[in-house]
Amino acid sequence: MNVTAANRQDFSTDVHLERIDADTLVIRLAGSWAQGAIIKPVEEVIRELDELSGLRRVFLQTSQLEKWDSRLPAYLLKIIDYYQAKDVEVDLSGLPEGVQGLLKLARAVPERAGDRRTVKKTSALYEFGKTVLDGLQDAKGLITFIGEAVLAFWALLQGKARFRTVDLVLCIQEAGAEALPIVTLISLLVGLILAFVGAVQLAMFGAQIYIADLVSLGTVREMGALMTAVIMSGRTGAAYAAQLGTMNVNSEIDALKTMGISPMQFLVMPRMLALALMLPLLCLYADFMGILGGALVTISVFDVSLIQYAHEARRIVHVDDFSIGLFKSLVFAVLIATAGCMRGMQCGRSASAVGNAATSAVVNSIVYIVVADSLITLICNELNI
Amino acid sequence: MIATMEKPHITVNDLTMAYGDFVIQHDLNFTIDRGDVFIIMGGSGCGKSTLLKHLIGLQRPVKGDVFYNQRNFWQASQKEQAKVMRRFGVLYQSGALFSSLTLAENIALPLGEFTRLSRSEIADIISYKLALVGLAGFQDYYPSEISGGMQKRAGLARAMALDPEILFFDEPSAGLDPVSARLLDDLIIKLKDTLGTTIVVVTHELASIFAIGTNSVFLDSDTKTMLATGNPKKLLAESKDFKIIQFLTRGEGNVNNEA
Ligand SMILES: Nc1ncnc2c1ncn2[C@@H]1O[C@H](COP(=O)(O)OP(=O)(O)OP(=O)(O)O)[C@@H](O)[C@H]1O
Ligand SMILES: [Mg+2]
Repeated sequence: MNVTAANRQDFSTDVHLERIDADTLVIRLAGSWAQGAIIKPVEEVIRELDELSGLRRVFLQTSQLEKWDSRLPAYLLKIIDYYQAKDVEVDLSGLPEGVQGLLKLARAVPERAGDRRTVKKTSALYEFGKTVLDGLQDAKGLITFIGEAVLAFWALLQGKARFRTVDLVLCIQEAGAEALPIVTLISLLVGLILAFVGAVQLAMFGAQIYIADLVSLGTVREMGALMTAVIMSGRTGAAYAAQLGTMNVNSEIDALKTMGISPMQFLVMPRMLALALMLPLLCLYADFMGILGGALVTISVFDVSLIQYAHEARRIVHVDDFSIGLFKSLVFAVLIATAGCMRGMQCGRSASAVGNAATSAVVNSIVYIVVADSLITLICNELNI
Repeated sequence: MIATMEKPHITVNDLTMAYGDFVIQHDLNFTIDRGDVFIIMGGSGCGKSTLLKHLIGLQRPVKGDVFYNQRNFWQASQKEQAKVMRRFGVLYQSGALFSSLTLAENIALPLGEFTRLSRSEIADIISYKLALVGLAGFQDYYPSEISGGMQKRAGLARAMALDPEILFFDEPSAGLDPVSARLLDDLIIKLKDTLGTTIVVVTHELASIFAIGTNSVFLDSDTKTMLATGNPKKLLAESKDFKIIQFLTRGEGNVNNEA
């Protein structure tokens, strides 16, 4: 008794359903099942099978089977699973031996209940709650990190911190000397820009000499520290996050922990120290480069000599101004190193997690820098420094 | 489906491998036939993974040639090389799963790139391949969320995704329990028998070497060249080389002098 003829012209395969008696069905497969074959979607077949009720036994058979590859066993597996869920007996003896063997292997280790993950649909409220909780978790992570860093620093002060001097020297080289070219370029250009911006206004009053005031004060109090910090957060902060993140992916941080070495002391301290030592120096260097940049513009475009420029700059800039700039850059250094190392240490265990760590290290440090800068400037204003 | 093509599948001719000036192995000569399970053996660090890198076209030989179907791989155009390489499936020693993709996405990647299968059929093939390596139901896990042995098996499933002509496995059973290792051997034999796949395996597992190997090469790190090639059972029975016998008997055997 032929219940359903499931073959259609446009398929290169044939799935033929034949109901032999009330509780037996034969599913016969024919044709080419290799790559490139056009196969009737298994979902369609299953829909047809849905209409046949009361089955107790199903025979899977092949006849005139041509080429086949993994598509055939994958297809059969789907049908077998469908019937197994319904407690219908499936007989494979009509299949080629190889296919039977592969199917047996595929079921040699049955799926354990609970292994499969189901993707939950979530509501907007859930997402909102999750965002808030994630934010809190983040804040907690930051506080924990700062706490651990302080403890590690305390151990360092007591001379008990364990890290390799070589690492510190390498970090200092990376965060110091190797950053000089880019710091030179950027601060020189920022000095130039400041001078040009000021020049347009000041030249209207014939007050070109005050370009020196504008550039030196602006650079020393503000731009030098800010620009070096931004450069270093992109250069070194991101590198820290990526280095520590990759170490985390390779379980290197776990290895340190099991050796009884605190990763906080061993990895984070040298990086923080290096940046805290080097960033103020870079800032000082950038200050002079910025002033030099301003001088280039003033001397070449206006009728002001280098001596006049230097004299004016020395008159207006005091040691206090330098101190403020240096203090800022010290604060920025700690912030950059914190953001970079924290993101690295908290990094997940995949390539994209390392990417995310580097990105959020830079984004966080720039936000921290700007907020801290505003606060310090406000306080200095209040105190009239 | 046994492919009907010439018998020698891969031929290695006077191959010398080196990193810079540091020669790893020199003058390797052997042939891998279609449908062979070819074992690469030798002590740790003797250059097995390096040989595999040469066979899959990742590293250019310093000297010598590798032929696929009698065509010289390194003299072919880049396009032809890519075409040959697309018929390879490779399991790397470290798994090399894409860490930011789930297991299903890892396996779906080659299927999506190189076939025109529908999404639902790709999903069916993924669950079939995962089931073959004993990972049924682990579609939505990330590599970092499963164990080392499971990563190995997932790598295997990815290597098999496209039903390649040649499968290269670098220590597939490292990190597997004896039962899983045995199932893996069964799988290798089934793949060879049903799809006619040529399989190249780096392994130290003696049981597995004798159970599945139809041909082999033995690399030695002292002389920096191969000591023998042939069926591992035959090597054990006939070889007069002390190192090979030691290796194949876990250091317990004596050299067989009468053969
Ligand atoms: N990228 C590389 N650069 C330089 N030398 C390398 C490189 N990779 C491996 N080697 C050297 O090549 C030799 C062989 O390495 P290979 O990884 O092929 O060994 P193997 O036989 O696979 O060992 P194992 O069984 O431990 O995996 C080793 O001596 C190693 O030091
Ligand atoms: Mg190796």
